[in-house]
Amino acid sequence: MDPRKLSGIGEIEMATQTQDVVTSAPGMPQLDFSTFSNQIFWLVVTLFVIYLVLSRIALPRISGALVDRADTITHDLAEAEDLKQRAIEAEKAYEQALADARVEAQQINVAMRAEIQLQLDAQLAKADLEISARTAEAGAALAAIRDSAINSVKDIAKLTAKEIVSSMGGQADTKTITAAVTARMKG
Amino acid sequence: MATESHGEAETGLVFHPMDQFQVTPLFGADKVEWFTITNVTLWMGLTIATIVLILVFGARGRALVPTRSQSVAELAYGFIYKMVEDVTGKDGLVFFPYIMTLFMFILVANFLGLLPMAFTTTSHIAVTAVMAMAVFLAVTIIGFVKNGFGFLAVFWISSAPLILRPILALIEIISYFVRPVSHSIRLAGNMMAGHAVIKVFAAFAPLVLISTGIGIVVTPLSILAITAIYALEVLVAFIQAYVFAILTCVYLRDALHPHH
Repeated sequence: MDPRKLSGIGEIEMATQTQDVVTSAPGMPQLDFSTFSNQIFWLVVTLFVIYLVLSRIALPRISGALVDRADTITHDLAEAEDLKQRAIEAEKAYEQALADARVEAQQINVAMRAEIQLQLDAQLAKADLEISARTAEAGAALAAIRDSAINSVKDIAKLTAKEIVSSMGGQADTKTITAAVTARMKG
Repeated sequence: MATESHGEAETGLVFHPMDQFQVTPLFGADKVEWFTITNVTLWMGLTIATIVLILVFGARGRALVPTRSQSVAELAYGFIYKMVEDVTGKDGLVFFPYIMTLFMFILVANFLGLLPMAFTTTSHIAVTAVMAMAVFLAVTIIGFVKNGFGFLAVFWISSAPLILRPILALIEIISYFVRPVSHSIRLAGNMMAGHAVIKVFAAFAPLVLISTGIGIVVTPLSILAITAIYALEVLVAFIQAYVFAILTCVYLRDALHPHH
């Protein structure tokens, strides 16, 4: 206990205090004006601290995070839109390439067909020529063979005729026999 | 809901519903001076700590995809920011940090006051009156600074018939000066009433120990009532903080745009 309290003033002070407590306890502590300065002082301190914390740290941080997020979302959306546009363009290019390829294929097809036809015609003509040449050759060979066969027949006929004549005791000269054979062969 | 400081020598039920609102020094000082560290200091300090926890540490990550605590901080921010923007308009956003300060202080103090054994700083008219007067003075000064004497148009309802305007002006002036009173008593009264009612029911709760006959009915009923009123108080704690903030915005709109 503060020794000062033992003096008369202290006792009166204590008495009023206890009086205060007794009277204020059943009433409203809200209307005990002796505590107002204390509450107001601490309230002002508290509000000031909260304001400093909010305005210096918390609010810039939160708004920064919100702005960052909004930026990111806008940026991503723009990028997505851009990519979509590019995908559409790529698809168009692909379609175009496909159509071009089809047309080209068609052209190549036609050209190739014409070329093949040309080559075929040339080959056919060449083959025809060769065939006719071979046919002529073969015909010539055949004629030669027939000629030689006829000559052989003539020779055989002459020899046979000579032999027949000599065996019948006659003497046949070559000239006569040849003439006779030739005459017979014509008939 | 502070502890009972009275002796339990009295028999029967003990009703001291207002004791929870007493301002008491924490470290044995015998007189409450303006600088004394009291339970007011403690619970306001806890309010600051909670706000720092929610809005500073909660939002620490600044992640692109917010964490839960960051979402809470962003939700509180967005809620008040949108309210200020909707009610006062774009030019009222300058005052957003002040309104956020008031809202967060009242909200957190209200909720902390609901903890058992807690002291509710916002149940004191001294606290709410200072805030309400600050709002009133700020709004009046801002009104005159921004509009000059044009601010007086707030009392002159140009849409009313000319003959009614002086009468309406009188009513408007009275209501203007009553604003800080209603603004502060609404909050303090709500907080005080709810907490006092809970305390009254809490006093009835141990009746079964004194008189088993009646107590067997009264005790469960009062516990049920405490639960129900506590739930209501949770709602009131938020609503009163919101009401205080939105009324501040409404008054601010009058100061920024006095022409109706």
